[in-house]
Amino acid sequence: MAFYVVQFLTGLASAASLFLVASGLSIIFGVTRIVNFAHGAFYMIGAYVAFTLTERLSGAFGFWGAIVIAAFAVALIGVLVEMVLLRRIYHAPELFQLLATFGLTLMVEDLVVLIWGPDDLVGRRAPGFKGAIDFFGQNIPSYDLFLIVLGPVVLGILWLLFQRTRWGVLVRAATQDRDMVAALGVNQKWLFTSVFAVGVFLAALGGALQIPRDAVHHAMDLRIIVEVFVVVVIGGLGSIIGAFVAAVLVSELNAFGILIFPKISIILVFLVMAAVLIVRPWGLFGRPEAPARKTPGLTVNPWRPLTSNERLAALAALVIAATLPLFAGNYALTVGSEIAISVIFAVSLHFLMSVGGLASFGHAAYFGLGAYGVAFLAKMAGLPMIVCLLLGPLLGCMGAAVFGFFAVQLSGVYFAMLTLAFAQIVWSIAFQWVSVTGGDNGILGVWPSSWAASPSHFYWLSLGVAALVTIALRAMVFSPFGYALRATRDSLLRSEAVGINAKRIQWTAFVIAGTTAGIGGALFAYLKGSVFPDNLGISLSVDALVMVLLGGVETVSGAVIGAIVYKALNIWLVSQTDLSKLVLGGFIVLIVVVFPKGIVGMLEMLAHRRGKTSPPGSPLLAKPIESAE
Amino acid sequence: MKLTVQDLNSHYGPAHILFDIGFEVGEGEVVALLGRNGAGKSTTFRSIVGLVAQRSGRIMFEGKDVSARPTHEIVRDGLGYVPEERRIFTDLTVEENLEVGRQPKRPNAPHWTRDKLFSLFPNLGEMKNRPGGRMSGGEQQMLTIARTLMGNPSLVLLDEPSEGLSPKIVEQMVDAILTMKKEGVSIVVSEQNLHFARLISDRAYIIERGRICFGGTMAELDARPDIRDAHLSL
Repeated sequence: MAFYVVQFLTGLASAASLFLVASGLSIIFGVTRIVNFAHGAFYMIGAYVAFTLTERLSGAFGFWGAIVIAAFAVALIGVLVEMVLLRRIYHAPELFQLLATFGLTLMVEDLVVLIWGPDDLVGRRAPGFKGAIDFFGQNIPSYDLFLIVLGPVVLGILWLLFQRTRWGVLVRAATQDRDMVAALGVNQKWLFTSVFAVGVFLAALGGALQIPRDAVHHAMDLRIIVEVFVVVVIGGLGSIIGAFVAAVLVSELNAFGILIFPKISIILVFLVMAAVLIVRPWGLFGRPEAPARKTPGLTVNPWRPLTSNERLAALAALVIAATLPLFAGNYALTVGSEIAISVIFAVSLHFLMSVGGLASFGHAAYFGLGAYGVAFLAKMAGLPMIVCLLLGPLLGCMGAAVFGFFAVQLSGVYFAMLTLAFAQIVWSIAFQWVSVTGGDNGILGVWPSSWAASPSHFYWLSLGVAALVTIALRAMVFSPFGYALRATRDSLLRSEAVGINAKRIQWTAFVIAGTTAGIGGALFAYLKGSVFPDNLGISLSVDALVMVLLGGVETVSGAVIGAIVYKALNIWLVSQTDLSKLVLGGFIVLIVVVFPKGIVGMLEMLAHRRGKTSPPGSPLLAKPIESAE
Repeated sequence: MKLTVQDLNSHYGPAHILFDIGFEVGEGEVVALLGRNGAGKSTTFRSIVGLVAQRSGRIMFEGKDVSARPTHEIVRDGLGYVPEERRIFTDLTVEENLEVGRQPKRPNAPHWTRDKLFSLFPNLGEMKNRPGGRMSGGEQQMLTIARTLMGNPSLVLLDEPSEGLSPKIVEQMVDAILTMKKEGVSIVVSEQNLHFARLISDRAYIIERGRICFGGTMAELDARPDIRDAHLSL
């Protein structure tokens, strides 16, 4: 019994930091409507800065002072980020904001390694809380008790701040109606900046307080952000009470889940999250948001099928690509195959994101599932390559069917967060369930049959599949299903009013996109001859997003160009620098801020501008269009 | 002139909404902007306070051109705006709603305090701690006006204050607007209801399809029943 009580208290202690970070995220979202992906990065910087300061400053005063100073210092960094970066993208679509803050996260990951090195850092114990308290033979670290008290104290302080100060009243008002607050003479800019500072302060404090419990390392940002996303999805984005309750719930589930499913403890959290989403899609303490009134199609160039000339041009490009083995070496052909596979992956996400309006931040899960599907069939069942290629993607299809069912209940940032969380769960299973997936060692020796073994043959196979997939998805855009899907994207309510079963259409699109990604993953497994958890990791999901954005999110087939350019650039970059994440992150931020229409979008705009005098603004990027009159 | 609008053009996306709108408001004057639904009254107000991004023209407030300035600065200079949809903060109590509107005292404008506003709108004083979301339409209309007055404006743009209100509340609204006028606040009030406008206004402009098609005193308007019937639905 005592053991369970101690386990419970450990869970409560973990909840404290989780609550701090999640409440910060919630507060920032409430006012600025930005889901700050970089929140995990601020948490991590908080921990690193606090580590350095606690090493320098001595004594109890030094330790606690260092924690607080670290939080303030990181909040200052947050203010800088808000003023330099976020102010430029407040009116951009949610997706761009998520991506920009993700780019920031990538940069931070490389920067902390540059500054603090790649090794885990073990910090000082907290003065006054070094020992443990005996509880019927079980030890409870006294620092845990401190954290257990701290959580509710912070909750109380936040409550006072929001209920009893003018700043709090303004923040709550802005959460509801930003424009009206401005129309009453309040400078939104500084309100946003101050809110961001408070949110980042909380994240950094959460990170700094982890020092006595855990080693500081450069991957702690992603771990916490996934948990935080789960917390805010369960608790309700924008609700501080919700963040608190959900943080406790998730931490307790983790603490006890480890006793029940030691290998795949995260399953339990997933089940609870799924249950909450079915009953209350907006979270336990959140409130349903009115469907966003979008008016796309107002100025966007309408999509149209290719003209016969353009078809010939595309065919010519394909024929030219097919001649690559005549003059290129094996390395170039392998790169070519990888690019073709990237095209498959990118067009599958593009289908979901641009055609369906559902921006998945965890699309790699289905790519990786396809790869694992092939690996299981080839290694365990010993099936021939052609059968594996046909059946392997079905694992991606099944994954997409299960996760997609839950994901399409939500939209916008909730959808993005949920897909990210799902992908991370799949990754954790692949990573933790060593007996089946081989864990970190992956599954090796997935080699193609002799007919596809030579680089040129494999290249032709990849190219052919990529072409087929692109054509099929493009044809689908202009099919009745495609029209229905685009209708749900443009206006969910109106599409339902004309008799479209929107959720089912979106679910179908999700499954199609997931299966297609699985096809890419299946080929990828054969190309590399192995499968690793990284094949369904977050960075791969983001690669896909960047490919789509780079090509142009509003175009029909920009993803193809985006995938080719990005993948080639990426392969070249990795061979040139160790700081690929820093460069990549900077690149993402750059695209979002100065190049938001992507390559194909830019070309289309230039072509359009030649035809007409007034270039249309993009409805995606324009301010939310005010109601007329 | 307190407020002079010249050649105001506004767009929503590709749609041209306002065409060369021009009108004037004198110190302490109550001016009505009359027009049917969709004529462009609200867009005119939203353009003046900078809530419509695509706009051009000159907006002179107290001798300064405010047309290029952000909303909050225009409002802080004493140009108050009461939106048609009321836009009460439903989660906030009556007192908190007023707090959001509070701005420092202004030398050239009447100073409003909570107590003064509660005597102007006695209903509000009885529900200081009620959340805005649990108030009737009339009470919300009073609150939205009181909230703007907390900013001590010297001029208020009042967008359809009588819309959807019961006759008894409309009477209270007339009294409140006349009190504001007596205190020295200049007012532009947009209305579809000519009777209501006549009770409070010195002059009127008629707006139709985004264009001003009449401007004059209330007596001049009454002398032209043809214009009244052509542009206003009674």
